[in-house]
Amino acid sequence: MHIEIEELAKEFGTERALHPVSLAIPSGALIALLGPSGSGKTTLLRILGGLEFPTSGRVLFDGSDATGLTVQERRAGFVFQHYALFKHMTVFENIAYGLRARKRRERPTEAEIGRRVNRLLDLIQLPDIGARYPSQLSGGQRQRVALARALAIEPRMLLLDEPFGALDAKVRKELRQGLRDIHDTTGLTTIFVTHDQEEAMELADLVVVMSMGRIEQVGKPAEIRARPANDFVRSFTAA
Amino acid sequence: MSDITFIRAESVTTEPRLARGLLIGGTMALIAVLLFAPLIAVFAEALRQGWAASLDALASPDARSAIRLTLIVAAIAVPLNAVFGIAAAWAITKFDFRGKAFLITLIDLPFSVSPVVAGLALVLLFGAHSTMGAWLIANDLKIVFAFPGIVLATMFVTFPFVARELIPVMIEQGRAEEEVALTLGASGWRVFFTVTLPNIRWALLYGVLLCNARAMGEFGAVAVISGKIRGETTTMPIMIEMLYNEYLSVAAFSLAAVLALLALVTLTLKSLLEWRHADVLAATRRH
Repeated sequence: MHIEIEELAKEFGTERALHPVSLAIPSGALIALLGPSGSGKTTLLRILGGLEFPTSGRVLFDGSDATGLTVQERRAGFVFQHYALFKHMTVFENIAYGLRARKRRERPTEAEIGRRVNRLLDLIQLPDIGARYPSQLSGGQRQRVALARALAIEPRMLLLDEPFGALDAKVRKELRQGLRDIHDTTGLTTIFVTHDQEEAMELADLVVVMSMGRIEQVGKPAEIRARPANDFVRSFTAA
Repeated sequence: MSDITFIRAESVTTEPRLARGLLIGGTMALIAVLLFAPLIAVFAEALRQGWAASLDALASPDARSAIRLTLIVAAIAVPLNAVFGIAAAWAITKFDFRGKAFLITLIDLPFSVSPVVAGLALVLLFGAHSTMGAWLIANDLKIVFAFPGIVLATMFVTFPFVARELIPVMIEQGRAEEEVALTLGASGWRVFFTVTLPNIRWALLYGVLLCNARAMGEFGAVAVISGKIRGETTTMPIMIEMLYNEYLSVAAFSLAAVLALLALVTLTLKSLLEWRHADVLAATRRH
């Protein structure tokens, strides 16, 4: 699914989180929203997922207006910064949640739910943890379960908020490749938020550099490195 | 002598033996005098003329109606306050809106206002001298000096318990799990029943138990609004006071013992649940 963002702005009270920004995201791309805290990258991600609504501007999914779609209608697989796994449910139930939440007519049978959850557990390479609770998992395992849970709803896009932020350096490197692989397998348009320029440059097809609620530059990692649009981009990506 | 004798066994946070002994002993003595002795005294006084006399006193129509009324009032007020408490805590912790701080203060109002004042306020609001009261009387709806008034007064006094217990827990948990559930396609109600409620169930249970204990024991507000009509609007605490004032001490203390027992059952239930689910509590509760 390709996504277009037209003059999107967001105000919280008197504070401007997002100045009117425009962006076109090609179908199947892996995009990084890169910027320091307060740059508006998470706000933009949450607007795409339907968790916030813009003050003005439009969002188009495959060319049709999606600005007013509810969070449920968007079918965006969302991975939160600290994963927000349901503590009182097993890993299996966490992943099955979105399937069970479907309307009766669209809900898969119990056997089908089981098959899909197991397939997702294979995909994240953790086939044997279905019966465990989130508190019994490591940080990296939690992140992958959150990813599987988001994928279970057969999302139209994948949105990840600082997906590697809470992990140590070694696990981070491994999971980067994991996300790349999953993106390549599923072909989903994937957008992730990060403040780590190395992570953005290494993983993304296209990097969107943001600061103070504005988009400073959009480009392939090599382009941004070679021709930073301004001083902010130069200093931020040089770090 | 080896050096081992000089190694202190206590941890750094432990006080010297004397201070420890004084603190623990003092606390125990205070609990014994202030909490335990009065409780024993109530039961001793109730059984002063034997079991038969106590049971006779409890079998009297007045006592039975008081017990029934108290249980019915609690059975209505507690579930309603549980629902309102959840709604208030939900509104305060999951949404941002103007006047939120004011609302939080308002929830605490019943704790700071004397129950007698609360009872008087309700009489003023719903009594014969107010516009609303006149309308109610014209339509044959009795609130003051009747059952609805007692329920209202009880609800007013016990309102904060559930909300107060839930707000810190819900603030700590934040909104992320609910937001995830929404992105996975769940409706608002489904999110509430499958995510929010399981996360707050222990706090909710504590709140409900405390609310229940207070609802059954409420005296001041109910005394004002019930009009103390014997056998009709007398709850257990009111009946106890009336019997005591009439020098019917066995009857008064028998009823008091029943009320104390109900409170003890509540406390036992709470301890039992804590003990049975200690592992879950340790994992989910940090305060």
